Amino acid sequence: MDPIRTFSQPLDALESMLLIRAYEERLAALQASAGLPGTCTSVGQEASAVGVVATLDERDLILTNHRSAGHLLARGADPARMIAEVMGKRTGYCAGKSGSLHISVKELGVILTSTIVGGELSLATGVALSQRMLERPGIVACFFGDGAACEGIFHESLNLASVWNLPILYVCENNEWQAFVHRRETMNTPRIADWAARYGIEARTVDGNDVRAVRAAAADAAARVRAGAGPVLLECATYRLRGHFEPDDQAYVDAAELSAWRAKDPIVREKARLAEAGALPDERLAQMESAIARRIDAAVAFAKESPYPEFAQLTTDVYA
Amino acid sequence: MPTLTAQQAIAEALTEAMRRDPRVLMFGEGVATKRPELVAEFGSERVRNTPLAEAILAGTAAGAAATGLRPVVDLLFAPFLAYAMDALVNSAGKLRFVSGGQFSFPLVAMAMTGGGWAVGAQHNHNIEAWFAHSPGLKVVMPSTPADFKGLLSAAIRDENPVLFFVDMALLNQEGEVPAGEFVVPLGQAAVRRSGADVTLIAYAKSVHACLQAAEALAARGVSAEVIDLRTLKPLDEGSVLESVRKTGRLVVVHEASRTCGIGAEVAALVAEHAFGDLRSPVVRLTGPDAPSAASYPLEQVFAPQPLAIEAAVLALCKGADRGA
Repeated sequence: MDPIRTFSQPLDALESMLLIRAYEERLAALQASAGLPGTCTSVGQEASAVGVVATLDERDLILTNHRSAGHLLARGADPARMIAEVMGKRTGYCAGKSGSLHISVKELGVILTSTIVGGELSLATGVALSQRMLERPGIVACFFGDGAACEGIFHESLNLASVWNLPILYVCENNEWQAFVHRRETMNTPRIADWAARYGIEARTVDGNDVRAVRAAAADAAARVRAGAGPVLLECATYRLRGHFEPDDQAYVDAAELSAWRAKDPIVREKARLAEAGALPDERLAQMESAIARRIDAAVAFAKESPYPEFAQLTTDVYA
Repeated sequence: MPTLTAQQAIAEALTEAMRRDPRVLMFGEGVATKRPELVAEFGSERVRNTPLAEAILAGTAAGAAATGLRPVVDLLFAPFLAYAMDALVNSAGKLRFVSGGQFSFPLVAMAMTGGGWAVGAQHNHNIEAWFAHSPGLKVVMPSTPADFKGLLSAAIRDENPVLFFVDMALLNQEGEVPAGEFVVPLGQAAVRRSGADVTLIAYAKSVHACLQAAEALAARGVSAEVIDLRTLKPLDEGSVLESVRKTGRLVVVHEASRTCGIGAEVAALVAEHAFGDLRSPVVRLTGPDAPSAASYPLEQVFAPQPLAIEAAVLALCKGADRGA
């Protein structure tokens, strides 16, 4: 059983972001070269995932979506079992039956994942209701994008959570992209946080590419939810640096906008901050990156060597 | 044995389930308002009104069921289930499989349907086949007060998501209901009347139409066996086949529209497994492939009537038998 990852050391956040980046880029490369199943990568959004997940404790629960690798890895998921799942192998977290799009890991508290846009929003209120009624202390962190915020279910979820005072930390990773459509085409409101405020929910926007700012904002938001203040929404302003689902040539993306956001790469920024503070000697960074590369190599090898599910698995676990 | 209406039987099942298991809760539009006795006994945390938002109600039920509660969500009228499809079909029905068995979704979603109240096509639409076709769901539709209580009790105890359809025309129907807790197991049909010449298979109000037809048929010397499916998914294939192998003739009757209705499934099952025992083709008497009408006389003929059932059986019996 994988332990929930803790973030007590100064380099933990960077290391987690580097792992996510290495994982995502390796899968994109394997899709291109070896025909692996495509994935919805979170390249560029690592700070939003790590910053929030770092503030959660082992009692808290996570709901996520198709763009979930950051949340899973930050929480402590084993990249080997994740890649096995992406490849549809029986050693994957979901016995190969999910593939990349809806990976859940109950023992890590990644309690339900839905790839229906907004699916996780529809389930979060129920998970939070369980926490409340069964008197469990953990809060429910629900990750979704700006695209999901345009679904009716976002509005229904926030309204009900507000009325029922549910312990939900809504985390909107606003990456400006809704599949192949830019957010400017889909909403007239500048910020999703503006919508949340209308439901009587405390909402805040933070620079989603600054892992420390995200962490601080998330810690504050989580503390409010824990204290029984009801649901809180944190909007992480970030950008999807790769396409919606690999392969994706991003021909529809404005080159200047993409370039500007690449310059705000969350990993580059955190490295620079640590280096400036003398906390990241070159050999240490090199050692970290090389260890991560080896870990991804081992994960890929594990997944490749793993068997597929038996044909009988086609009809198992349909009913309890 | 006490006599209760179906409405009262539902209330009893809910009360007993909530007494038995503190994880059972109920919510939906007007649930608290309409069930003050439940609120009085179990409190407003466990018996809740909600906004008019079927998608989030169903999602809340699914999320709660996956994490330790046993929700009963009242979605009022079957056509409103269209709003709830993602949570019921894509989450509750599929995520156990998709997660590799990590989660289960013990929820009950209730909805009313059926002609008799002239509410029209957006309140009356028998869509049980939609959910029977979707993986991971169970579907029940009782025809007697005892079964309303027993099937609801069983549905609440089931570890899977159950669609519990309430035929509105039966709500005030009275019947004997055993006192105390009992369950009617899911997946078990009931023989409502024994017979030898023809099998009538039905559920909900059509069971009563078949029983009426059977009385008239008996006076004409035709002995009809009436099977009440009770559970539509999983279908009690054994009971269906046993009866048809005995009588050699089958008429399936349901209010739901013809195309791809439950009757089509029963007919296919019988053709696959009891073809050699059939003396005549399978007949389906169903609602038309049309939205239900609000006008009372139109609504009345939407569901197959006893006279039509009787006529269909007589025509079958007059038809050339393939053998003795």
